[in-house]
Amino acid sequence: MHRILELLEKNNSLTAADIAVMLDMSEDEVNAAIEQFKKEGVIIGSKILVDWQKTTREYVSALIEVKVTPQFGKGFDQIAERFYQYEQVKTVYLMSGTYDLLLLIEGRTLNEVALFVAEQLAPMDTVISTATHFVLKKYKQDGVMFEKPQEDERLVVMV
Amino acid sequence: MNFTNILNRTLAGLPPSGIRRLFDIAATMDDVISLGIGEPDFPTPWHIRNAAIHTLEKSRTKYTANAGMAELRCEIASYLKRRFGLAYDPGRQILVTVGGSEAIDIAMRALIEPGDEVIVPTPSFVCYGPLAELCGAKAVNIQLRPEDDFRLTPKLLRNAITDKTKILVLPFPNNPTGSVMGRSDLEAIADVLRGTDIIVLSDEIYAELTYTDERHVSIASIPGMKERTVLVSGFSKAYSMTGWRLGYACAEPEVISAMTKLHQYAIMCAPTTSQFAAIEALRNGDDDIAEMRSEYNYRRRFTVHGFNKLGLSCFEPLGAFYCFPSVRPTGMTSDDFCGSLLEKEHVALVPGTAFGAGGEGFVRVSYAYSIDHIKKALSSIEHFLNNI
Repeated sequence: MHRILELLEKNNSLTAADIAVMLDMSEDEVNAAIEQFKKEGVIIGSKILVDWQKTTREYVSALIEVKVTPQFGKGFDQIAERFYQYEQVKTVYLMSGTYDLLLLIEGRTLNEVALFVAEQLAPMDTVISTATHFVLKKYKQDGVMFEKPQEDERLVVMV
Repeated sequence: MNFTNILNRTLAGLPPSGIRRLFDIAATMDDVISLGIGEPDFPTPWHIRNAAIHTLEKSRTKYTANAGMAELRCEIASYLKRRFGLAYDPGRQILVTVGGSEAIDIAMRALIEPGDEVIVPTPSFVCYGPLAELCGAKAVNIQLRPEDDFRLTPKLLRNAITDKTKILVLPFPNNPTGSVMGRSDLEAIADVLRGTDIIVLSDEIYAELTYTDERHVSIASIPGMKERTVLVSGFSKAYSMTGWRLGYACAEPEVISAMTKLHQYAIMCAPTTSQFAAIEALRNGDDDIAEMRSEYNYRRRFTVHGFNKLGLSCFEPLGAFYCFPSVRPTGMTSDDFCGSLLEKEHVALVPGTAFGAGGEGFVRVSYAYSIDHIKKALSSIEHFLNNI
């Protein structure tokens, strides 16, 4: 069943009928498995990857390392929730190592992102410190390379 | 100068490539959707490319031993043992060549005396007959039959053997049909050959790409066959390393020594950078093979299903990355079908006849393409069929 997930993770335009043929299963089996994955929260969504840097829209993103004081009985989960409720916060990870949470924040300008950190995140009671790293260029994200992949250099027909 | 009298006559007499016409038409188009290539689409795995880059940085660009680096031959021996249960002595029974193609060429040249006969089952890859004829041999074609799923049967073989037969070419898993020969098929062939002096030239370049529970079986692993087999394989298909031009031959020491003599005059040694890359591939590439094979398998099922649905029926190909659907229901010859499909829909397939007369009525479809690409091609072919 993991193979269904692997296929969809790489190409979500595949239909259940396509996957059924590729995995030698029935379409009903594939549909049932996908439903089950959705129900269990294994499949949590699907979206298009956009390279905003190639558009005319203003776009910046930053990774924010955050050190916090965990709360008694609730650990980090409640603090994380207070971060990820913000629309601007696109990604939140709990980390091992020298800081606790890693946030990915997106905005239109450097100033907008910096102010958001300074005004919204840093003043929270549990936050000990933040370190902001602006992203200068994305090369690869979620397994997808941002540079256009090489054209197929093979000949058109060859025995 | 009149070169007709100067150029080698046998060479001049060989038929031109069966895809020349398609190639010329395709050259006038810039939007061809091709399922016409006998070459993997995956990039060579990065760790293999990286290993080669490291050796370039360290200037390791000298000639190697004629037969190939000792370290590489040891890795080939251990790979063949690990994956196919074959035992070859890396010192005396393995020769590293410039692709499987060179191995086929020099095996023929090392074995053939003018007047010998070389049995070539067709449809199959295009080089065997011409290379045999250039050595002064007669190529005896066997037409494999769709009702046998294009496998070689003992009966067909027996009918082709004469007292002049020197070599049987055994090209399985097969390009262009995708047909494989399992253990019992090979045992039946071995029964015919044991006790003769016929050498099997077993082209196993697609050995890693089979889609059955039983892994590929080499005829060299059938009792009594190793001494009469020249096994040819390489890195192009298993590791997606076509442009590196690296292959190898395994056989009895006498044969390998004769082939090495030729190789040494013609080639010196296979490309050094490629040999280093190959060592990395053999040591750490098993997972890459597994990953690519599973991806090919998805595409294989998808493509075969697609053609069967279009009414161009095709038997289940269990090896390589080709399927071989019949175009007989259209009433067209393979050549006309492919020419017309290319002109009208800009989809390139290869006519079965490019692989010998046994291919008439069929076309070769390569599924070394992404599913989205195959989908697009299938829908254009459907459009073509609806408008014949």
